[in-house]
Amino acid sequence: MLCYPTDVSTALKPTAPELKPLVPVPKTVIVRHSGVVRATHWITFLAFVALAYSGGEIVISHPRFYWGEVGNVMTRPLFTLPIPASRRTVPTRYNYVMLDQNGWSRALHIQAAWALLLAGLVYGIYSLWTGHFKKDLFPKPADRTWRAFRDKISKYFRRSPPGEQEDHSYNLMQRTTYLGVIFLLFPLMIWTGLAMSPAFTSAFPLSVILLGGRQSARTIHFFVSWFLLIFLLAHITMVAISGFWSRMRAMIIGRAVVRQKRV
Amino acid sequence: MSKVSRRRLITGGLAATAGVSGLAAAALLAERYGLLPPDHGGAYGPGATLTYAAQRVLTAHSLAREFPRSMISKTPFANPAKHPGDAFKRLEAGRFADWRLSVDGMVARPTTFSLPDLRSLPFRSQITEVACEEGWSYIAEWIGTPLGEVLSAVGILPQARYIVYFSADPHWWDSIDMTDALHPQTLLTWGMNDGDLPVPFGGPLRMRVPRQLGYKSVKYIAHLTATDNLKKFGKGLGSAAAEAEDPYAWYVGI
Repeated sequence: MLCYPTDVSTALKPTAPELKPLVPVPKTVIVRHSGVVRATHWITFLAFVALAYSGGEIVISHPRFYWGEVGNVMTRPLFTLPIPASRRTVPTRYNYVMLDQNGWSRALHIQAAWALLLAGLVYGIYSLWTGHFKKDLFPKPADRTWRAFRDKISKYFRRSPPGEQEDHSYNLMQRTTYLGVIFLLFPLMIWTGLAMSPAFTSAFPLSVILLGGRQSARTIHFFVSWFLLIFLLAHITMVAISGFWSRMRAMIIGRAVVRQKRV
Repeated sequence: MSKVSRRRLITGGLAATAGVSGLAAAALLAERYGLLPPDHGGAYGPGATLTYAAQRVLTAHSLAREFPRSMISKTPFANPAKHPGDAFKRLEAGRFADWRLSVDGMVARPTTFSLPDLRSLPFRSQITEVACEEGWSYIAEWIGTPLGEVLSAVGILPQARYIVYFSADPHWWDSIDMTDALHPQTLLTWGMNDGDLPVPFGGPLRMRVPRQLGYKSVKYIAHLTATDNLKKFGKGLGSAAAEAEDPYAWYVGI
């Protein structure tokens, strides 16, 4: 999910950017992404793909959404997806019933949710333990201003090349986005998912009452899944722009090749 | 690229061994404390087992949410079920005067109950939500005899671990563990919203298990068996739904 150096094998001293190297640019291998971060990143990725697919299968069995505690085909929906359903009992504008895949989709959904939850726990404990959150995710003190955000966003629009330190750690926008995904979107997904469990809510009724009811929880679960899908697309796009194979290599084997500006 | 150092190899090996033996120990513990669902095998077994074990540890005795009378759904949705056949039609014509619930298996006194017999036992009314695995839900008042009352009337034996329940539709059966069977909200339901339980909602007798999704609440209950082993029923996976071509989890408190 996240990237960062655990140590830098070659010390890189910041130098004046206007100096151009006169000799061929030397390359240095640096260490990026610890084993725990890499393993939990890919488990999360696989689990998320499984959850998104099986979640879609579950949605088509009842592509209507409601607000409040209850909702069914006899009540007014908040909105209806313009797709056919996989169950005959759901009225849609289509004269067609999709293939019903709910059984194994539900089983996959629950299993992938467990994988994601456990990977998240390992990642969270590791990151608290090693200071990964503090070092690499919370914006650096100097960056905690609106101005820093504005500058970083305008850099994206001007397509300025990334600074040298971005070879080693996340920039401000990455940090903010990853924090949002880790501490807002995923927890909200887990919460709204659990709020749909009649056994869980029997022991923790506030988990669903605070969301406004079971159907509200389902609707929020649906929308947050779209935010996560949009994040995934943006994340892959950014990785592709900044060098797909070098970033993949860094997240798979934990090493990245960087060009040194000047030795 | 640095080679893998000896220390890393040893640490990694130890961690892997610990992980594998940890999983094996967890499986043994789950078995020992009855935390393995009957459908724990197969590709999705680990997820099903984690869910069942976690819910049994966290929520064994909690009560499903009950709602105020004002929240009862005005237009509850009767999910269509296959009509259980001609014999059922005849019973329906006789207003279910001849409906029988037979209870056998690991009980001291196997007994057959008529509906008035069931109604003469202590009963309970509760306003709970039916939530279908598809996503929809409604709230109704359910009136019925707690399964626990029926089980104590027939003298349930301490060896019993599951109650298997059969619909008048011969292809429809399911089972629950004793935690759910003895749960005060698990009702053999014969009334709904102050009237008799209508046939589309499972009348004359429906098993209501409000802490699990709707498909555990099997309609037209005609037969109960107490058992210590679900392997004796069907393919041993605990329910018709778990043995279907596209199987559904046996435990669905999710």
